[in-house]
Amino acid sequence: MVDQSAVGRSFTPVTARVEPGRLRFFLDTLGETNPLYRGGAAAPVPPTYLFCLEMMDAAEPFEFLTALGIDLARVLHGEQRFDYHAPVVIGDTLTFRPRVASVTEKKGGAMTLIVVETAVTNQAGIHVADTSRTIVVRNARPS
Amino acid sequence: MSSSVPAVGDRIVHKEFPPISRHRLALYCGASGDHNPIHVDIDFAKQAGFPDVFAHGMLVMGYLGQALTDAVSPSRIRSFSTRFAAITQLGAALTCEGTVTELIEQGGEKRAKLALTTKDQNGEVKLAGEAVIAL
Repeated sequence: MVDQSAVGRSFTPVTARVEPGRLRFFLDTLGETNPLYRGGAAAPVPPTYLFCLEMMDAAEPFEFLTALGIDLARVLHGEQRFDYHAPVVIGDTLTFRPRVASVTEKKGGAMTLIVVETAVTNQAGIHVADTSRTIVVRNARPS
Repeated sequence: MSSSVPAVGDRIVHKEFPPISRHRLALYCGASGDHNPIHVDIDFAKQAGFPDVFAHGMLVMGYLGQALTDAVSPSRIRSFSTRFAAITQLGAALTCEGTVTELIEQGGEKRAKLALTTKDQNGEVKLAGEAVIAL
């Protein structure tokens, strides 16, 4: 089971480019027809797209699970937060730096909540966003 | 949002989405980079203890984000967060809503806090969230 020793652990930074073709696939999948997102150069990205960019360009998208010894089949997404500090647009190259912010046991150890916070910077070094995801691990019952 | 300032209690976000199909989950798997098989592979989902595959939380949050940016330009969103209150099943037809709960001054600008919800066709809350937007 993941314990407090995981707090502060960081994982391999991910560099991702906001590519128009991949973004269009995302927009079409969600049935998003807002013309704002289809404006070509300097068009903004949808508010949850940062989460996707990090996963798409990670060499190991579930690195933090593997590194902490967590089985993917036991994981649920508990909470997600985005704080936006500066615009992200098509053509940007972003760097994601994830680290474990907290580990909390719930329900007498039946669940563990792990918060991973990720700072996002762009190609100019501007801190454009922070994301925070809470992972719920359904721990195996002791036999 | 620039033309009129909303008041506390105003419902400024409202959008309904078509039922979530297996095909949608497969597309989202590719489009999002989230290749967790629990959302597309029924064998994997059953082994993990679920009766069937179910929607990615971030697909549902993506719909909520779409409803939000129909009403508010992305450049005005300062934060967007949600709790995934319940698993969203196949076939769920989602309704996303957002209501102004507070008008505040923060970071040198006037902002509004919105309470956001996503419910399925039975009224069950799937996502309970919040956004802070610049006015």
